[in-house]
Amino acid sequence: MSADKGLFQEIAAYKWKFTMTTARKILILLAGLGVVCMLYRLATGLGSATNLNDQWPWGLWIGFDVLTGVALAGGGYGTAIIVHVLHRNKYLAIARSAMLTSLLGYLLVMAGLFMDIGQWFNFWRPFVSWGHTSVLFEVFWCVSCYTTVQVLEFGEIVTEKVGTKYHNFFKKALPVLMVLGIIFPTLHQSSLGALYVIMVDKLYPLWWSPYIGLMFLMSSFFVGPAMICVETALAGKAFKHEVPISVLRGLVRIAGVFMILYLGLKFYDLAARGVVNLIFAGNLEGNMFMAEIILGVMIPVYIAFSSMSNTRKGLITFGILVSGGLIFNRMNVVFTGMSAALGGWYFPSIMEWAVSIGLISIGCLVYCFIAENFNILVHEDHQGAST
Amino acid sequence: MAKGVLVDITKCIGCKACQVSCKQWNDLPAKIPEFVDGLTGPPDMDGDTYTVVKFKVVEMAGEYKIRSAKKQCMHCQHPACVSACFAKALEKDPKTGAVIYHPHLCVGCRYCMLACPFDIPKYEWEKTFPLIAKCQFCFDPQDKYDRLSYGKPPACVDTCITGALVYGERDELLKEAWNRINSDPSYIKKVLGEKEAGGTSWLYISDVPFEDFGFRPNLGTRPLPEYSHDFLKYTPIIAVGWGTLLTVLYHYTKRREQVASESDNKDVHL
Repeated sequence: MSADKGLFQEIAAYKWKFTMTTARKILILLAGLGVVCMLYRLATGLGSATNLNDQWPWGLWIGFDVLTGVALAGGGYGTAIIVHVLHRNKYLAIARSAMLTSLLGYLLVMAGLFMDIGQWFNFWRPFVSWGHTSVLFEVFWCVSCYTTVQVLEFGEIVTEKVGTKYHNFFKKALPVLMVLGIIFPTLHQSSLGALYVIMVDKLYPLWWSPYIGLMFLMSSFFVGPAMICVETALAGKAFKHEVPISVLRGLVRIAGVFMILYLGLKFYDLAARGVVNLIFAGNLEGNMFMAEIILGVMIPVYIAFSSMSNTRKGLITFGILVSGGLIFNRMNVVFTGMSAALGGWYFPSIMEWAVSIGLISIGCLVYCFIAENFNILVHEDHQGAST
Repeated sequence: MAKGVLVDITKCIGCKACQVSCKQWNDLPAKIPEFVDGLTGPPDMDGDTYTVVKFKVVEMAGEYKIRSAKKQCMHCQHPACVSACFAKALEKDPKTGAVIYHPHLCVGCRYCMLACPFDIPKYEWEKTFPLIAKCQFCFDPQDKYDRLSYGKPPACVDTCITGALVYGERDELLKEAWNRINSDPSYIKKVLGEKEAGGTSWLYISDVPFEDFGFRPNLGTRPLPEYSHDFLKYTPIIAVGWGTLLTVLYHYTKRREQVASESDNKDVHL
């Protein structure tokens, strides 16, 4: 007990910082609005808060907050592989911020999922009632376990400053956590895509594929470096923390290799199923697919392996195109590819937008708070240089 | 043996008595009438409606005729919804073949609605704590809405006055369906539900295309749960194999680093 008391005192005594800026005030406003809408949704149900309907049972929250959110948070496990398993210490500078973004991303995904399920008080049910034939079962377990693992991984960072006597314990547990923290995302990043294999006569053939799981996994891996490019550009401005171009360029090239493999798999699969001609059909689906591949994969691959990746501008362009392309891909699977089969109409309601934007705002605010108080952007090696 | 119902679209007169009896038997509330395609009302199944008779005006040999078909859960032999439910809230009863719903297990994720190839499960959108709504084949382990266990046909079949709905053993109904098709050339040479997605308990025969009533034409004969299984079967191998590989790589690269920086005598930190 006395030990716990010491911990609480330590937390109370620690000098917490949170600088107020105009941007942060706007984020707080958006976050507040989101929270109000979330409470309204929980109190009144999905029908009054959303535009979801019997033809479109999944909408913005599943499509964007969950499917896209998890993929964009894929930078965490990707970095864990490169830095902590392969020990490429060159990339240590970005490891912590990438893994923090991932942790926050997953917490937001959990919040988004909680908003979307109709019987939210029943969310724990699959822990005891095992529907193991469902791909969603794998997603549920792996996302839950991975979020727990990430919180524990973050413990190592927190205990540097607060609760320092537990630091050695977390440090020792870290290698095991890292390996677990790669297995779980590998499984659920792919199973998020594999949710759609059962919709074989619904999802448009350009996106439905027996390999859709592998494609989701690969894209979640190569979007990691892209997100790091965007994130370091933003955080670099806000926290005056510049990551060397060579570090980013190395990551972008790793991503580039996987993007080429991804393209290869896509076209092999389309050819094997004899649907390549659908790309040039001139319909909505064909054009959206073409835009997704050219803007989100082909052009960025060119940037990665040309001299453009030597400049910050080139790296940011790469980051925006690849992240945007991934969002585009997930939206195409959830909406464009399903629209012909589902029919009817769906566009997110104002409240659905407010909740999604609110969740992202909360994520940004928490990131800022943590970055100000813990060693995220400045690693031990460079400590004392700034902040 | 698994039960079934044979729907003969040529014998349906569109009286909708089946729709009414379904609502009555299952205590489902009525709604203000709303029609599409002339007489189809409500437009589709919904949170309070397990079955709907769909109407279609078709041109046959220069004459316009009305055809109608009752739609409800097909009670698949390999139900996609059951395999898609991650909380086991949907179950196929092995004795009757009915696909039934256990509300207390439902999380409300709505994956079953997307997995179903016939777009059957609907949702109680207007409720604060909505549940899935779908035909239970008048089978109820809780007894309240049960008919099948008492040897009675479902309420809709019981009320059908023209014999457009016939309840019985699926195998026998399938034989009967082919008998009717082979003895009358006006039928389309197909029993819908015989093989679709691995076969269904409800079987349809018709003299007009099934697509007229919203059945999608491209559904294959392979049971849909197999698609998910083809993915999930790799999970244990990947978890163990990938975990082993990562652990080996971790130690190998760490050792390599240590050897490389031994002159520095500096530890490799995490």
